[in-house]
Amino acid sequence: MAVDVRLPTVLRSQAGGQSTVAVEGTTIGEVIRGLVSQFPGLAGQLLNEDGSLHRFVNVYVNDDDVRYLSLLDTPVSSGDEVSILPAVAGG
Amino acid sequence: MPPYASILDLIGNTPMVEVSQLSPNPDVRILVKLEGRNPGGSVKDRVALSLVEQAEKDGILVPGKPDQVLVEPTSGNTGIGLALVCRVKGYHLKVVLPTNVSIERRQLLELWGAEIIESPGAEGSNGAVRMARELAAAHPEWVFLYQYANPANPKAHYEGTGPEIWRDCPEVTHFVAGLGTSGTLLGVGRYLKERNPDVQVWAVEPPAGETVEGLRNLDDGYIPPIFEELGGAELLDRKTVVRPRESIEWTRRLTEVGLFVGISSGAAVAGAAKCAAQVPSGERAVIVVVSADDGWKYLSTGAWTDDIDEVTERAKSIIYF
Repeated sequence: MAVDVRLPTVLRSQAGGQSTVAVEGTTIGEVIRGLVSQFPGLAGQLLNEDGSLHRFVNVYVNDDDVRYLSLLDTPVSSGDEVSILPAVAGG
Repeated sequence: MPPYASILDLIGNTPMVEVSQLSPNPDVRILVKLEGRNPGGSVKDRVALSLVEQAEKDGILVPGKPDQVLVEPTSGNTGIGLALVCRVKGYHLKVVLPTNVSIERRQLLELWGAEIIESPGAEGSNGAVRMARELAAAHPEWVFLYQYANPANPKAHYEGTGPEIWRDCPEVTHFVAGLGTSGTLLGVGRYLKERNPDVQVWAVEPPAGETVEGLRNLDDGYIPPIFEELGGAELLDRKTVVRPRESIEWTRRLTEVGLFVGISSGAAVAGAAKCAAQVPSGERAVIVVVSADDGWKYLSTGAWTDDIDEVTERAKSIIYF
């Protein structure tokens, strides 16, 4: 089962210039690992060495931040949209 | 009502108005706290006054002493609030402001005498923070209040906004606000949870990092120090992105009930509607959502009057949070 992953401008150069990539997986962890196996250049950007999410990376399922759901165990299903955004300031 | 001694005495004590007609769930009320009623036009007047008064208490700023200079990074509203406070109190303010903010934000800064230092729009607010930190390091004689790291920011909401909400609506079950510096969410969220631990705190944010061109990689990311130091991740129950089109659609919907508020308020109420929709059927809830400012500063964007596709594209390239 594939979900669409939206990439921010800052990551597109490591994903062949694509803004949206279809990735297989049933959890956010599987989707991120699938994305990294397609585009190994993203590994150091998205994940820490221990496999956890980089602190400046926010991942959303249908616009909800997975840090406030079940993090990498957050389930995804067909038709869900996953977005990756860098942490930026406001105010 | 007796006259006020200073315009600064009008900061805070803002009204709430019910907009439950727009709630997608008949069992869930939605109340909007109108921070645009502050004299500088936004919720950030509270923060500006708190930052300056705390610095005065700490002896960092001395009332009446000439030639005191402040420098602050902002995407607009904190700068405008500080410009007002500094004009009244006699301090000189230098604001580091990204180039891609609405023209009205610049004009409001200028009319209260703030000096604008431009940071690259391509770097968004992160660029303003970077540049202000460099300037502050190069000019130790300038006062750098640094809203992103200053506990006087959430304190303004812990001591002001939060108690006002509890006074006016003790039946509140959910609190929804935009996430910028995180000051509103930290201060109000902590206050409300101390009164009722069951209150849910939802953060709404724009997808600002999606198109920021100036980030070289994710190590250029930024999390406000107050968010990390004051346990923001533990305090929030939910964080959700509201995209520009939905923000503008809700900014327009709010005019149907007579509210003329800024684009970030449209985003926040969109978040409140999403929150309302997730409350189980038959369960009563009361959502309080913060409208950070009124619509005046965004008229030039055509948010209410132009074609929605064009406005959405424009909104992607300006900072409205």
